[in-house]
Amino acid sequence: MIAKELVVIGGGPAGLCAAIAAAESGSRVLILDRSARLGGQLIKQTHKFFGSENQYAKTRGFDIAKILLSRVDTFADLIEIWVEATVVALYPDKVLTVVQDGKYIKIQAKAIVVAAGASEKFLAFENNDLPGVYGAGAVQTLMNVYGVRPADRVLMVGSGNIGLIVSYQLMQAGVKVAAIVEAAPRIGGYKVHASKIARLGVPILTSTTVLRAVGETCVKQAVTVKLDPAWKPIPGTESVHDVDAICVAVGLTPLTSLLAMAGAMTSYIPELGGYAPILTDEHESTLADVFVAGDAAGVEEASSAMVEGRLAGLCAAKRLGYPHADFDDIVSECHAQLAGLRNGPFGCKTCAGIAKMREVRDHAR
Amino acid sequence: MKQEIPFTFDGVPMTGRVGDTVASALHAAGVMKLSSSIKRHRPRGFYCAIGNCSSCHMIVDGKSNVKTCVTPLRAGMKVETQTGKGVVR
Repeated sequence: MIAKELVVIGGGPAGLCAAIAAAESGSRVLILDRSARLGGQLIKQTHKFFGSENQYAKTRGFDIAKILLSRVDTFADLIEIWVEATVVALYPDKVLTVVQDGKYIKIQAKAIVVAAGASEKFLAFENNDLPGVYGAGAVQTLMNVYGVRPADRVLMVGSGNIGLIVSYQLMQAGVKVAAIVEAAPRIGGYKVHASKIARLGVPILTSTTVLRAVGETCVKQAVTVKLDPAWKPIPGTESVHDVDAICVAVGLTPLTSLLAMAGAMTSYIPELGGYAPILTDEHESTLADVFVAGDAAGVEEASSAMVEGRLAGLCAAKRLGYPHADFDDIVSECHAQLAGLRNGPFGCKTCAGIAKMREVRDHAR
Repeated sequence: MKQEIPFTFDGVPMTGRVGDTVASALHAAGVMKLSSSIKRHRPRGFYCAIGNCSSCHMIVDGKSNVKTCVTPLRAGMKVETQTGKGVVR
Protein backbone atom coordinates (compact mmCIF):
# COMPACT_ATOMS: atom_id res chain seq x y z
CA MET A 1 0.00 0.00 0.00
CA ILE A 2 1.32 3.40 -1.02
CA ALA A 3 0.41 6.38 1.18
CA LYS A 4 -0.44 9.71 -0.51
CA GLU A 5 -1.78 13.04 0.72
CA LEU A 6 -4.24 14.26 -1.91
CA VAL A 7 -5.17 12.01 -4.84
CA VAL A 8 -6.93 13.63 -7.81
CA ILE A 9 -8.78 11.18 -10.04
CA GLY A 10 -8.80 12.56 -13.57
CA GLY A 11 -6.45 15.06 -15.24
CA GLY A 12 -9.01 17.10 -17.18
CA PRO A 13 -9.88 20.77 -16.57
CA ALA A 14 -11.37 20.11 -13.11
CA GLY A 15 -8.64 17.73 -11.94
CA LEU A 16 -5.78 19.94 -13.15
CA CYS A 17 -7.25 23.02 -11.46
CA ALA A 18 -7.81 21.03 -8.26
CA ALA A 19 -4.20 19.86 -8.29
CA ILE A 20 -2.86 23.38 -8.96
CA ALA A 21 -4.97 24.92 -6.18
CA ALA A 22 -3.97 22.23 -3.69
CA ALA A 23 -0.27 22.58 -4.57
CA GLU A 24 -0.56 26.38 -4.27
CA SER A 25 -1.85 25.73 -0.76
CA GLY A 26 1.17 23.50 -0.01
CA SER A 27 -0.31 20.00 -0.31
CA ARG A 28 1.35 17.11 -2.10
CA VAL A 29 -0.83 15.84 -4.94
CA LEU A 30 -0.98 12.70 -7.06
CA ILE A 31 -2.91 13.03 -10.35
CA LEU A 32 -4.19 9.76 -11.82
CA ASP A 33 -5.42 9.60 -15.42
CA ARG A 34 -6.35 6.60 -17.52
CA SER A 35 -5.25 8.10 -20.83
CA ALA A 36 -1.71 8.61 -22.05
CA ARG A 37 -1.77 12.40 -21.74
CA LEU A 38 -3.36 14.90 -19.38
CA GLY A 39 -5.87 17.56 -20.40
CA GLY A 40 -9.03 15.44 -20.52
CA GLN A 41 -11.40 16.46 -23.27
CA LEU A 42 -9.78 19.91 -23.62
CA ILE A 43 -7.17 18.41 -25.96
CA LYS A 44 -9.78 17.77 -28.67
CA GLN A 45 -11.54 21.11 -28.36
CA THR A 46 -10.36 23.31 -31.22
CA HIS A 47 -13.07 25.94 -30.72
CA LYS A 48 -12.58 29.15 -28.78
CA PHE A 49 -14.25 29.17 -25.36
CA PHE A 50 -17.15 31.40 -24.36
CA GLY A 51 -17.67 32.47 -20.78
CA SER A 52 -15.36 34.68 -18.82
CA GLU A 53 -11.76 35.85 -19.31
CA ASN A 54 -11.04 34.27 -15.90
CA GLN A 55 -11.64 30.84 -17.48
CA TYR A 56 -9.71 31.61 -20.66
CA ALA A 57 -12.63 32.74 -22.87
CA LYS A 58 -11.54 33.36 -26.49
CA THR A 59 -8.78 30.73 -26.03
CA ARG A 60 -9.03 27.37 -27.82
CA GLY A 61 -9.57 24.29 -25.64
CA PHE A 62 -6.27 22.58 -26.43
CA ASP A 63 -4.41 25.82 -25.67
CA ILE A 64 -6.17 25.98 -22.28
CA ALA A 65 -4.86 22.47 -21.61
CA LYS A 66 -1.32 23.69 -22.39
CA ILE A 67 -1.70 26.66 -20.01
CA LEU A 68 -2.95 24.41 -17.19
CA LEU A 69 -0.21 21.83 -17.77
CA SER A 70 2.51 24.50 -17.65
CA ARG A 71 1.02 25.63 -14.30
CA VAL A 72 1.19 22.03 -13.10
CA ASP A 73 4.84 21.88 -14.21
CA THR A 74 5.74 24.80 -11.94
CA PHE A 75 4.79 22.58 -8.98
CA ALA A 76 6.99 19.64 -10.03
CA ASP A 77 8.16 19.22 -6.42
CA LEU A 78 4.59 18.79 -5.14
CA ILE A 79 2.54 17.33 -8.01
CA GLU A 80 3.17 13.75 -9.11
CA ILE A 81 1.50 12.46 -12.29
CA TRP A 82 0.63 8.91 -13.26
CA VAL A 83 -0.80 8.42 -16.76
CA GLU A 84 -2.27 5.27 -18.29
CA ALA A 85 -3.32 4.64 -14.68
CA THR A 86 -6.97 3.65 -14.35
CA VAL A 87 -8.69 3.85 -10.96
CA VAL A 88 -10.82 0.71 -10.86
CA ALA A 89 -11.94 0.85 -7.24
CA LEU A 90 -12.59 3.36 -4.48
CA TYR A 91 -13.34 2.27 -0.90
CA PRO A 92 -14.95 4.22 1.97
CA ASP A 93 -11.63 4.34 3.87
CA LYS A 94 -10.09 6.29 0.93
CA VAL A 95 -8.19 3.33 -0.44
CA LEU A 96 -7.95 3.28 -4.25
CA THR A 97 -7.07 0.43 -6.56
CA VAL A 98 -5.19 1.59 -9.65
CA VAL A 99 -4.31 -0.50 -12.69
CA GLN A 100 -1.16 0.60 -14.46
CA ASP A 101 0.89 -1.42 -16.91
CA GLY A 102 -1.02 -4.60 -16.02
CA LYS A 103 -0.32 -4.23 -12.30
CA TYR A 104 -2.81 -3.57 -9.50
CA ILE A 105 -1.58 -0.88 -7.12
CA LYS A 106 -3.25 0.10 -3.83
CA ILE A 107 -3.10 3.67 -2.57
CA GLN A 108 -4.17 5.00 0.80
CA ALA A 109 -5.16 8.65 0.33
CA LYS A 110 -5.74 11.22 3.05
CA ALA A 111 -8.13 13.14 0.80
CA ILE A 112 -9.47 12.63 -2.71
CA VAL A 113 -10.83 14.86 -5.46
CA VAL A 114 -12.94 12.86 -7.91
CA ALA A 115 -12.74 14.66 -11.25
CA ALA A 116 -13.58 11.67 -13.42
CA GLY A 117 -15.67 13.62 -15.94
CA ALA A 118 -18.65 12.27 -17.81
CA SER A 119 -19.60 9.69 -20.40
CA GLU A 120 -21.75 10.16 -23.47
CA LYS A 121 -25.39 9.14 -23.27
CA PHE A 122 -26.63 6.58 -25.73
CA LEU A 123 -29.86 6.46 -27.69
CA ALA A 124 -32.10 3.44 -28.31
CA PHE A 125 -32.74 2.81 -32.01
CA GLU A 126 -32.56 -0.22 -34.30
CA ASN A 127 -28.99 -1.27 -35.15
CA ASN A 128 -27.51 1.35 -32.83
CA ASP A 129 -24.52 -0.97 -32.26
CA LEU A 130 -23.35 -1.05 -35.90
CA PRO A 131 -19.82 0.16 -36.57
CA GLY A 132 -20.27 3.70 -37.88
CA VAL A 133 -22.52 4.76 -34.99
CA TYR A 134 -20.30 7.01 -32.87
CA GLY A 135 -20.52 9.19 -29.84
CA ALA A 136 -20.06 12.79 -30.99
CA GLY A 137 -17.08 13.19 -28.70
CA ALA A 138 -15.41 10.17 -30.30
CA VAL A 139 -15.70 11.74 -33.73
CA GLN A 140 -14.17 14.93 -32.36
CA THR A 141 -11.31 12.91 -30.82
CA LEU A 142 -10.66 11.03 -34.08
CA MET A 143 -10.48 14.25 -36.10
CA ASN A 144 -8.84 16.69 -33.74
CA VAL A 145 -6.49 14.51 -31.70
CA TYR A 146 -5.50 11.79 -34.17
CA GLY A 147 -6.08 13.57 -37.48
CA VAL A 148 -8.24 10.73 -38.77
CA ARG A 149 -11.20 11.54 -41.01
CA PRO A 150 -14.07 9.72 -39.33
CA ALA A 151 -16.42 9.25 -42.30
CA ASP A 152 -17.57 10.71 -45.62
CA ARG A 153 -21.22 11.54 -44.87
CA VAL A 154 -22.61 11.94 -41.38
CA LEU A 155 -26.05 12.21 -39.79
CA MET A 156 -25.79 14.14 -36.53
CA VAL A 157 -28.34 13.25 -33.84
CA GLY A 158 -28.79 16.09 -31.35
CA SER A 159 -28.52 19.86 -31.76
CA GLY A 160 -27.00 20.80 -28.40
CA ASN A 161 -23.69 22.66 -28.46
CA ILE A 162 -21.68 19.45 -28.87
CA GLY A 163 -23.79 18.34 -31.87
CA LEU A 164 -23.49 21.79 -33.45
CA ILE A 165 -19.77 22.31 -32.82
CA VAL A 166 -18.82 18.79 -33.95
CA SER A 167 -20.96 19.21 -37.10
CA TYR A 168 -19.07 22.39 -37.95
CA GLN A 169 -15.71 20.74 -37.29
CA LEU A 170 -16.73 17.78 -39.50
CA MET A 171 -17.40 20.23 -42.32
CA GLN A 172 -14.02 21.88 -41.69
CA ALA A 173 -12.46 18.41 -42.11
CA GLY A 174 -14.22 18.02 -45.45
CA VAL A 175 -16.91 15.63 -44.22
CA LYS A 176 -20.44 16.14 -45.57
CA VAL A 177 -23.06 16.54 -42.83
CA ALA A 178 -26.31 15.25 -44.35
CA ALA A 179 -28.51 16.72 -41.62
CA ILE A 180 -28.76 17.41 -37.91
CA VAL A 181 -31.85 15.90 -36.31
CA GLU A 182 -33.28 17.13 -33.02
CA ALA A 183 -36.13 15.35 -31.23
CA ALA A 184 -37.18 18.50 -29.37
CA PRO A 185 -39.23 21.14 -31.21
CA ARG A 186 -36.34 23.63 -31.01
CA ILE A 187 -32.56 23.74 -31.46
CA GLY A 188 -30.74 22.96 -28.21
CA GLY A 189 -27.45 24.83 -28.55
CA TYR A 190 -26.34 28.44 -29.02
CA LYS A 191 -27.96 30.20 -31.98
CA VAL A 192 -24.57 31.52 -33.15
CA HIS A 193 -23.37 27.93 -33.74
CA ALA A 194 -26.67 26.82 -35.34
CA SER A 195 -26.77 29.81 -37.69
CA LYS A 196 -23.20 29.17 -38.87
CA ILE A 197 -24.16 25.61 -39.83
CA ALA A 198 -27.49 26.57 -41.41
CA ARG A 199 -25.67 29.17 -43.58
CA LEU A 200 -23.49 26.35 -44.92
CA GLY A 201 -26.64 24.59 -46.14
CA VAL A 202 -26.98 21.84 -43.54
CA PRO A 203 -30.64 21.23 -42.62
CA ILE A 204 -31.36 21.21 -38.88
CA LEU A 205 -34.53 19.12 -38.59
CA THR A 206 -36.39 19.71 -35.33
CA SER A 207 -39.09 17.31 -33.98
CA THR A 208 -37.19 14.59 -35.84
CA THR A 209 -35.21 11.62 -34.62
CA VAL A 210 -33.27 8.64 -35.94
CA LEU A 211 -35.40 5.50 -36.32
CA ARG A 212 -32.76 2.99 -37.40
CA ALA A 213 -29.33 2.45 -38.87
CA VAL A 214 -29.18 0.35 -42.03
CA GLY A 215 -26.25 -1.92 -42.94
CA GLU A 216 -24.84 -5.42 -42.42
CA THR A 217 -21.31 -4.84 -41.13
CA CYS A 218 -21.27 -1.03 -40.96
CA VAL A 219 -23.62 1.93 -41.42
CA LYS A 220 -24.79 2.46 -45.02
CA GLN A 221 -27.94 4.50 -44.40
CA ALA A 222 -29.92 6.17 -41.63
CA VAL A 223 -33.70 6.37 -41.46
CA THR A 224 -35.17 9.39 -39.67
CA VAL A 225 -38.77 10.10 -38.71
CA LYS A 226 -40.79 13.13 -37.64
CA LEU A 227 -42.17 13.24 -34.10
CA ASP A 228 -45.58 14.47 -32.97
CA PRO A 229 -45.91 16.86 -29.98
CA ALA A 230 -45.97 13.79 -27.68
CA TRP A 231 -42.59 12.73 -29.16
CA LYS A 232 -44.18 9.71 -30.92
CA PRO A 233 -43.00 8.85 -34.48
CA ILE A 234 -45.49 9.93 -37.17
CA PRO A 235 -46.00 6.98 -39.58
CA GLY A 236 -45.30 7.84 -43.21
CA THR A 237 -42.80 10.61 -42.41
CA GLU A 238 -39.69 8.41 -42.61
CA SER A 239 -36.83 9.58 -44.80
CA VAL A 240 -33.66 7.74 -45.80
CA HIS A 241 -30.21 9.38 -45.69
CA ASP A 242 -27.21 7.85 -47.46
CA VAL A 243 -24.58 8.19 -44.73
CA ASP A 244 -21.67 6.08 -43.51
CA ALA A 245 -21.78 7.43 -39.97
CA ILE A 246 -24.38 8.37 -37.38
CA CYS A 247 -23.12 10.65 -34.65
CA VAL A 248 -24.96 10.51 -31.32
CA ALA A 249 -24.82 13.84 -29.46
CA VAL A 250 -27.59 13.47 -26.92
CA GLY A 251 -25.79 14.69 -23.85
CA LEU A 252 -23.51 13.44 -21.12
CA THR A 253 -23.93 11.75 -17.77
CA PRO A 254 -21.61 12.15 -14.73
CA LEU A 255 -19.12 9.31 -14.14
CA THR A 256 -20.11 8.55 -10.55
CA SER A 257 -19.36 4.81 -10.50
CA LEU A 258 -16.34 5.15 -8.18
CA LEU A 259 -18.29 7.40 -5.80
CA ALA A 260 -21.23 4.98 -5.79
CA MET A 261 -18.85 2.09 -5.11
CA ALA A 262 -17.41 3.85 -2.08
CA GLY A 263 -20.93 4.49 -0.80
CA ALA A 264 -21.17 8.25 -1.45
CA MET A 265 -24.77 9.35 -1.81
CA THR A 266 -25.99 10.07 -5.34
CA SER A 267 -29.39 11.07 -6.64
CA TYR A 268 -31.04 11.03 -10.07
CA ILE A 269 -31.11 14.67 -11.18
CA PRO A 270 -31.90 15.00 -14.91
CA GLU A 271 -30.72 18.64 -15.00
CA LEU A 272 -27.23 17.48 -13.97
CA GLY A 273 -27.18 14.67 -16.55
CA GLY A 274 -28.32 11.67 -14.50
CA TYR A 275 -27.07 10.27 -11.18
CA ALA A 276 -25.12 13.06 -9.51
CA PRO A 277 -23.32 13.09 -6.15
CA ILE A 278 -24.80 14.94 -3.18
CA LEU A 279 -22.27 17.65 -2.27
CA THR A 280 -21.69 20.36 0.31
CA ASP A 281 -21.08 23.91 -0.92
CA GLU A 282 -17.35 23.06 -0.60
CA HIS A 283 -17.90 20.20 -3.07
CA GLU A 284 -17.38 17.46 -0.46
CA SER A 285 -19.39 14.28 -0.99
CA THR A 286 -21.21 12.45 1.81
CA LEU A 287 -17.92 10.60 2.41
CA ALA A 288 -15.61 12.74 4.56
CA ASP A 289 -12.53 14.07 2.73
CA VAL A 290 -13.80 12.89 -0.69
CA PHE A 291 -14.47 15.92 -2.90
CA VAL A 292 -15.98 16.04 -6.41
CA ALA A 293 -15.48 18.58 -9.20
CA GLY A 294 -16.30 19.09 -12.86
CA ASP A 295 -18.69 16.99 -14.93
CA ALA A 296 -18.52 14.17 -12.34
CA ALA A 297 -20.38 16.56 -10.01
CA GLY A 298 -23.05 17.34 -12.63
CA VAL A 299 -22.63 17.87 -16.37
CA GLU A 300 -21.89 21.48 -17.31
CA GLU A 301 -18.91 22.70 -19.33
CA ALA A 302 -15.16 23.13 -18.96
CA SER A 303 -15.24 26.73 -17.68
CA SER A 304 -17.24 25.85 -14.58
CA ALA A 305 -15.30 22.58 -14.22
CA MET A 306 -12.09 24.62 -13.82
CA VAL A 307 -13.64 26.80 -11.09
CA GLU A 308 -15.14 23.77 -9.30
CA GLY A 309 -11.75 22.06 -9.46
CA ARG A 310 -10.05 25.08 -7.93
CA LEU A 311 -12.67 25.20 -5.15
CA ALA A 312 -12.43 21.46 -4.40
CA GLY A 313 -8.61 21.53 -4.48
CA LEU A 314 -8.48 24.46 -2.03
CA CYS A 315 -10.98 22.85 0.35
CA ALA A 316 -9.27 19.44 0.21
CA ALA A 317 -5.87 21.04 0.93
CA LYS A 318 -7.32 22.98 3.85
CA ARG A 319 -8.74 19.75 5.25
CA LEU A 320 -5.24 18.26 5.10
CA GLY A 321 -3.87 21.17 7.12
CA TYR A 322 -2.74 23.39 4.24
CA PRO A 323 -5.06 26.40 4.21
CA HIS A 324 -4.22 28.77 1.34
CA ALA A 325 -3.08 32.21 2.59
CA ASP A 326 -6.02 33.79 0.74
CA PHE A 327 -8.42 30.88 1.29
CA ASP A 328 -11.56 32.89 2.13
CA ASP A 329 -11.06 35.39 -0.69
CA ILE A 330 -10.42 32.74 -3.33
CA VAL A 331 -13.37 30.61 -2.20
CA SER A 332 -15.78 33.54 -2.42
CA GLU A 333 -14.26 34.47 -5.79
CA CYS A 334 -14.90 30.89 -7.02
CA HIS A 335 -18.53 31.01 -5.88
CA ALA A 336 -18.98 34.39 -7.59
CA GLN A 337 -17.42 33.07 -10.81
CA LEU A 338 -19.69 29.99 -10.78
CA ALA A 339 -22.74 32.20 -10.26
CA GLY A 340 -21.61 34.35 -13.18
CA LEU A 341 -21.07 31.39 -15.51
CA ARG A 342 -24.50 29.99 -14.59
CA ASN A 343 -26.22 33.30 -15.19
CA GLY A 344 -27.05 32.66 -18.87
CA PRO A 345 -30.04 30.91 -20.51
CA PHE A 346 -28.24 27.53 -20.24
CA GLY A 347 -27.13 28.14 -16.68
CA CYS A 348 -30.68 28.07 -15.34
CA LYS A 349 -30.81 24.33 -16.01
CA THR A 350 -27.68 23.77 -13.90
CA CYS A 351 -29.03 26.03 -11.16
CA ALA A 352 -32.28 24.05 -11.10
CA GLY A 353 -30.24 20.84 -10.85
CA ILE A 354 -28.13 22.19 -8.00
CA ALA A 355 -31.28 23.35 -6.19
CA LYS A 356 -32.68 19.80 -6.46
CA MET A 357 -29.39 18.33 -5.24
CA ARG A 358 -29.47 20.65 -2.20
CA GLU A 359 -33.07 19.63 -1.49
CA VAL A 360 -32.04 15.97 -1.42
CA ARG A 361 -29.06 16.86 0.77
CA ASP A 362 -31.07 18.87 3.29
CA HIS A 363 -33.78 16.20 3.41
CA ALA A 364 -31.17 13.51 4.11
CA ARG A 365 -29.72 15.39 7.05
CA MET B 1 3.88 13.75 -42.33
CA LYS B 2 4.34 12.12 -38.92
CA GLN B 3 6.66 9.14 -38.59
CA GLU B 4 5.15 5.73 -39.39
CA ILE B 5 4.69 2.98 -36.80
CA PRO B 6 4.48 -0.61 -38.12
CA PHE B 7 2.09 -3.12 -36.49
CA THR B 8 0.03 -6.14 -37.53
CA PHE B 9 -3.74 -6.64 -37.47
CA ASP B 10 -4.81 -10.31 -37.59
CA GLY B 11 -1.44 -11.03 -39.19
CA VAL B 12 -1.68 -8.33 -41.86
CA PRO B 13 1.10 -5.71 -41.74
CA MET B 14 -0.20 -2.16 -41.29
CA THR B 15 1.19 1.24 -40.40
CA GLY B 16 -0.04 3.93 -38.05
CA ARG B 17 1.43 7.33 -37.22
CA VAL B 18 3.19 8.72 -34.17
CA GLY B 19 0.47 9.86 -31.76
CA ASP B 20 -2.02 7.19 -32.82
CA THR B 21 -3.83 4.85 -30.49
CA VAL B 22 -4.33 1.28 -31.72
CA ALA B 23 -7.96 2.06 -32.58
CA SER B 24 -7.25 5.36 -34.37
CA ALA B 25 -4.61 3.65 -36.53
CA LEU B 26 -7.06 0.87 -37.42
CA HIS B 27 -9.78 3.41 -38.23
CA ALA B 28 -7.40 5.36 -40.46
CA ALA B 29 -6.61 2.08 -42.24
CA GLY B 30 -10.33 1.53 -42.89
CA VAL B 31 -10.92 -1.18 -40.26
CA MET B 32 -14.46 -0.54 -38.99
CA LYS B 33 -15.12 -3.73 -37.01
CA LEU B 34 -13.00 -3.91 -33.85
CA SER B 35 -14.88 -6.56 -31.84
CA SER B 36 -18.05 -8.66 -31.75
CA SER B 37 -20.85 -8.73 -29.22
CA ILE B 38 -20.38 -11.64 -26.84
CA LYS B 39 -23.68 -13.53 -27.38
CA ARG B 40 -24.88 -12.68 -30.87
CA HIS B 41 -21.50 -11.84 -32.42
CA ARG B 42 -22.75 -8.58 -33.90
CA PRO B 43 -19.96 -6.37 -35.25
CA ARG B 44 -18.84 -3.56 -32.96
CA GLY B 45 -16.75 -0.54 -33.91
CA PHE B 46 -15.14 2.61 -32.56
CA TYR B 47 -17.65 4.29 -30.27
CA CYS B 48 -16.50 6.49 -27.34
CA ALA B 49 -12.72 7.00 -27.84
CA ILE B 50 -12.15 7.57 -24.11
CA GLY B 51 -12.07 4.06 -22.67
CA ASN B 52 -15.67 3.93 -21.44
CA CYS B 53 -17.75 1.76 -23.72
CA SER B 54 -15.84 -1.55 -24.22
CA SER B 55 -16.69 -1.56 -27.93
CA CYS B 56 -13.00 -1.60 -28.93
CA HIS B 57 -11.76 -4.53 -26.80
CA MET B 58 -9.11 -6.48 -28.76
CA ILE B 59 -6.17 -8.80 -28.16
CA VAL B 60 -2.92 -6.81 -28.13
CA ASP B 61 0.37 -8.70 -27.85
CA GLY B 62 -1.54 -11.71 -26.55
CA LYS B 63 -3.48 -9.81 -23.88
CA SER B 64 -7.30 -9.87 -24.11
CA ASN B 65 -9.75 -7.03 -23.43
CA VAL B 66 -7.32 -4.23 -24.18
CA LYS B 67 -9.13 -0.90 -24.59
CA THR B 68 -7.56 -0.09 -27.93
CA CYS B 69 -9.00 3.44 -28.09
CA VAL B 70 -6.82 4.60 -25.17
CA THR B 71 -3.81 2.36 -25.84
CA PRO B 72 -0.97 4.19 -27.62
CA LEU B 73 0.24 2.37 -30.74
CA ARG B 74 3.77 1.04 -30.36
CA ALA B 75 6.04 -0.36 -33.05
CA GLY B 76 5.68 -4.10 -33.64
CA MET B 77 2.38 -4.49 -31.78
CA LYS B 78 0.43 -7.60 -32.66
CA VAL B 79 -3.26 -6.66 -32.73
CA GLU B 80 -5.90 -9.39 -33.08
CA THR B 81 -9.68 -9.57 -33.20
CA GLN B 82 -11.11 -11.01 -30.00
CA THR B 83 -14.06 -13.40 -29.91
CA GLY B 84 -16.10 -13.85 -26.76
CA LYS B 85 -15.01 -12.61 -23.37
CA GLY B 86 -11.27 -13.07 -23.94
CA VAL B 87 -8.81 -15.38 -22.21
CA VAL B 88 -6.47 -14.67 -19.29
CA ARG B 89 -3.02 -16.05 -20.08
